[in-house]
Amino acid sequence: MAMFLKIMRRHSVVAVGFLAPSVIGFSIFYLIPFAMGVHYSFMNRSNGGSFVGLTNYKELLASDSFLKAAKNTFLFTSVSVPITIALSLLLALLLNQSIYFRNWLRTAYVLPLVVPVASVVLIWQLLFDWNGAVNSWLHELGVSRMDWMKSEWARGVLSVVYAWKNIGYNIILFLAGLQSIPKDYYETAELEGAGAIRKFTRITLVYLTPKMFFVVLMGLISSFRIFRETYLIAGDYPHDSIYMLQHYMNNMFLSLDIQRLTSAAVIMVVCLIVLVTGMFTLERRFTSDLD
Amino acid sequence: MKVVIKKGAITLLLCLLATLLLLPILISFTNSLMTEQEIGSNYDMIGEMTDAANDGEDAFVNLKLIPDWVSFEQYDKVLIETPTYLNLFWNSVYMVAFIIAGQVIVGALAAYAFAKLRFRGRDQMFFIYLITMLMPFQVTLVPNYIIADKLGLLNSAYAIILPGIFGAFGVFMLRQFMLSIPTAYVEAAHMDGAGHSRIFVQIILPLIKPALAALIVLLFVDYWNMVEQPLIFLDDDFRQPLSVYLSVIQQEARGVGFAASVFYMLPMVLLFLYAESYFIEGVQTSGIKG
Repeated sequence: MAMFLKIMRRHSVVAVGFLAPSVIGFSIFYLIPFAMGVHYSFMNRSNGGSFVGLTNYKELLASDSFLKAAKNTFLFTSVSVPITIALSLLLALLLNQSIYFRNWLRTAYVLPLVVPVASVVLIWQLLFDWNGAVNSWLHELGVSRMDWMKSEWARGVLSVVYAWKNIGYNIILFLAGLQSIPKDYYETAELEGAGAIRKFTRITLVYLTPKMFFVVLMGLISSFRIFRETYLIAGDYPHDSIYMLQHYMNNMFLSLDIQRLTSAAVIMVVCLIVLVTGMFTLERRFTSDLD
Repeated sequence: MKVVIKKGAITLLLCLLATLLLLPILISFTNSLMTEQEIGSNYDMIGEMTDAANDGEDAFVNLKLIPDWVSFEQYDKVLIETPTYLNLFWNSVYMVAFIIAGQVIVGALAAYAFAKLRFRGRDQMFFIYLITMLMPFQVTLVPNYIIADKLGLLNSAYAIILPGIFGAFGVFMLRQFMLSIPTAYVEAAHMDGAGHSRIFVQIILPLIKPALAALIVLLFVDYWNMVEQPLIFLDDDFRQPLSVYLSVIQQEARGVGFAASVFYMLPMVLLFLYAESYFIEGVQTSGIKG
């Protein structure tokens, strides 16, 4: 114990040296701003205001546009994240089979991940405009056209854009997970007469679960960040169905409604913390069960 | 024989899907080689609600993969006739370069402390780093703006570069990688009387070279793509990185927009193809459980 404390003290001094640049900059540009944000969310004005407790939060939770943004974020996330993950898992399973050009194919699936969002916005517009290519294909099939970006369909379009970008990331993680499962597990299962479905649910899915936690977590987080795509395709005021929390915060910033913005931000971070701790706890429990 | 057929079938399916996925990139490329006239006649009905131009008839976009006439007219406009675009491209380059260099150095130092030193509050502190890394940019928008204002950074590239340098991702990723280096190496060097700065430079740094390369690629992808921060912190158009200004170009002239888009994604795509293994490794390392 004494030895441990000694190590700790000696390390603390060294640690300060290694951490100083990062901690100073991190505090100035992230931690202090966040603390200030929390502070503002309890004040009635940002300059010389007084403490008003939870008033801002109450007002926020009563505001229609906030509720709409929260609902849209929730809906978008709960649909597009599972779909994207299922699709990536399927592709990773296929890529993990014995196939030709495996490396080339993997490269192709990961490529959209590195393409700047702004570079392909034109294509999404060409596809989903009222006079766009998708409508022209529908027209040829004799189906009447849809106003993709200005109806409930906008959520679907955004899900496509989200999936296009994020499939590659999930595939990389799933492939790594699949390759780490020992081949003889499958051989043993086969000897015992297990079918393909049984092997998939009892071996593949079980051993992929640790990766799955991470994929789900990152998927949720990147779905909270879909703003960039929405903004570039649809601008400041997109259709109601894709007006997300980030849009809300951005517009509160532009209209200088600091109280609303900061309380919305605090709520979002609390959700994030709950989410991350929850995932890690679940994961730890699962991993210890596995051992 | 049966095996070959199965193998071929799966490959074919995957190839078809991959083509579909790559189509947006491919179309951007081929369309950037069209003349302004061809772009206009095929795509000008975008954003028009009425079809008046077509006597009330339906006018649809004619999405074309192969240009009628291959021309470098658009590239000529982007690269030679309009110096603004090159200027914006250069803005992207130097902002991203400073952010990467800074974050790699600052991040490696902090990661060493988090991975190999024991001190009070270490895990709690790391958790805070992790949470900020995951927060959307808008969360700290106002206070960030106030701080940038107080420091006199508004409307200057520093407002983008400095927060970028201290981003938590580098710390997170390099820590993950350093955790996989046996602590015995560090302890053995310590027994031999090496201080931590020497251990860091002579043992850790050479061992994490692949992780550093991976981090560089991942940061490049991330910051090359930035939109929100410059949009808020930079007022003047000429200071923007091309990632922000691309949408303006695309609205003004679609043909030039294609060429500028391709020009902007090209360095990223080339770097990715060149350093794909580092990229993949980077995603996998940062994807290991914390």
